[in-house]
Amino acid sequence: MIEIHKLVKHYRKTKALKGVDLKVNRGELFAYLGPNGAGKTTTIRIMTGLTRATVGKVLLGGCDVTKEPRAAKKQFGFVPQHINLDSELTVSENLLVHGLLHQMPRRAISQRIEELLDYIDLGDKADTLIKELSGGMKRRVMIARALMHSPQMLFLDEPTVGLDPNIRRRIWALIKTIQQGGVTVFLTTHYIEEAEFLAARVAFIDLGSIVALDTPQNLMAGIGNWAIDEFQSNHMRSFYFQTQEEAKKWAATHKNGFTLRRVNLEDAFLALTGKKIK
Amino acid sequence: MIRGWTAVYFREMLILRRRLSRLISAWSVSPLLYLIAFGYAMGKGVTIQGHSYLEFLLPGLVAMTSMTQAFAIGSEINIARFYWHIFEEFQTAPISNAAYVLGEVLAGITRALLAGCVILILGALFGVVLCYNGYLWLAFLMNSFIFASLAVGFAMLVKSHADQAMVNSFVITPMAFLGGTFFPIDHLPDWAQKILYLLPLTHAADAIRTSSFGAIPEIGDYLMLTGIGVSAFVFAFMTVSKARD
Repeated sequence: MIEIHKLVKHYRKTKALKGVDLKVNRGELFAYLGPNGAGKTTTIRIMTGLTRATVGKVLLGGCDVTKEPRAAKKQFGFVPQHINLDSELTVSENLLVHGLLHQMPRRAISQRIEELLDYIDLGDKADTLIKELSGGMKRRVMIARALMHSPQMLFLDEPTVGLDPNIRRRIWALIKTIQQGGVTVFLTTHYIEEAEFLAARVAFIDLGSIVALDTPQNLMAGIGNWAIDEFQSNHMRSFYFQTQEEAKKWAATHKNGFTLRRVNLEDAFLALTGKKIK
Repeated sequence: MIRGWTAVYFREMLILRRRLSRLISAWSVSPLLYLIAFGYAMGKGVTIQGHSYLEFLLPGLVAMTSMTQAFAIGSEINIARFYWHIFEEFQTAPISNAAYVLGEVLAGITRALLAGCVILILGALFGVVLCYNGYLWLAFLMNSFIFASLAVGFAMLVKSHADQAMVNSFVITPMAFLGGTFFPIDHLPDWAQKILYLLPLTHAADAIRTSSFGAIPEIGDYLMLTGIGVSAFVFAFMTVSKARD
């Protein structure tokens, strides 16, 4: 289980986090959704021990990240937002170094590398240098590396940023499979579809505070089921309705151009904060 | 306490192995130029402390290399930290800061040792074969240890690649030229000698040169190197724990 208590982070005059409280259940796929600069990466960096919290604490499986860092670090795998593989090493060498850092026995490392490369469908790339891989392949290798020591938790910081839609869906399928294997997944993203598709629960973060936390269905149902985007001279406004009939009835009385669609998580975020996620 | 250092060291060795042929070429260029320009051309006919200038210069170059190549690990760490973000992989691993420092320091020493061997081979090609005994290698290893530790420390303190270049320009280059590499420091004024006596390279060059001429170096050189070495390792350890936001 992941527990975050009253987490505050100040960078000089900037208040990046203003008292975040959160609990993620064992085996859950949890999405942390917010616009750039909302505090997503700061939270995940504190959870992984990369950044010190100003106030508050993070418990991973009961271990305090600050007081028992080594015990806490054994429990999670981390996939950062930027590619941080050793480009001069091969795929299997990158995984090998990770295994050694986690003090895995050498024989177990070889076996695990083989297993994971098959899992991410890169079995034939074991001896390929990282710099020769595509962006999507590098992402998959980073996920495999994070899973090398069979962690109970996986932290993914914007795992599909900059990837094309096909590759993104492939990564989503991989993340789902990992979670179904019993790993707790904590995912930060600013992609609405990603959170909707993957997460059992979603927390909205804005300006360093959590503004809502629920299932995607409940968050969306809070504002209605259907949305109409009305295009006015220089901007767009959205209106929400419980039924499609209500929406169509409203549209019939308006002359501006509009589109009718299902409500999504971004609408819920917009309704709560008055701003879009992207 | 320091389990995990092997992983850090192993990673550096994998990279070193992949770059070895390029590095050997790079390690050969400067010493070759120094040997040709200062030793062979300008130093012909010059005798210092009863030895030809080439014989005087070679141990100095070995000492200088133990410094520059061990310190070069700092640039690698800097690139891994700011450009590739690989340092995060170490920070999120269950290893202690001491393990990280030890792994990187040993990688720096290995790099320096290989570069030092290149110089000795080049010296042999110039017909300079001195006495390469245990005293020489001990001073070499201690000096490499000091500068690899300092490299880790500075790599954690600097905020960019430009800062790293500044450290090289203001610390390493002056020391390389004034630490007894190219001339005996007793040719300098007293006040300068007193300052240079505080620098580790002065003691390393002195011990390496004395032992390579077949004599026993002063114990004071080794004590000084030990003291500075312990302080440098502690400095590196402290800076790694502070290298978080």
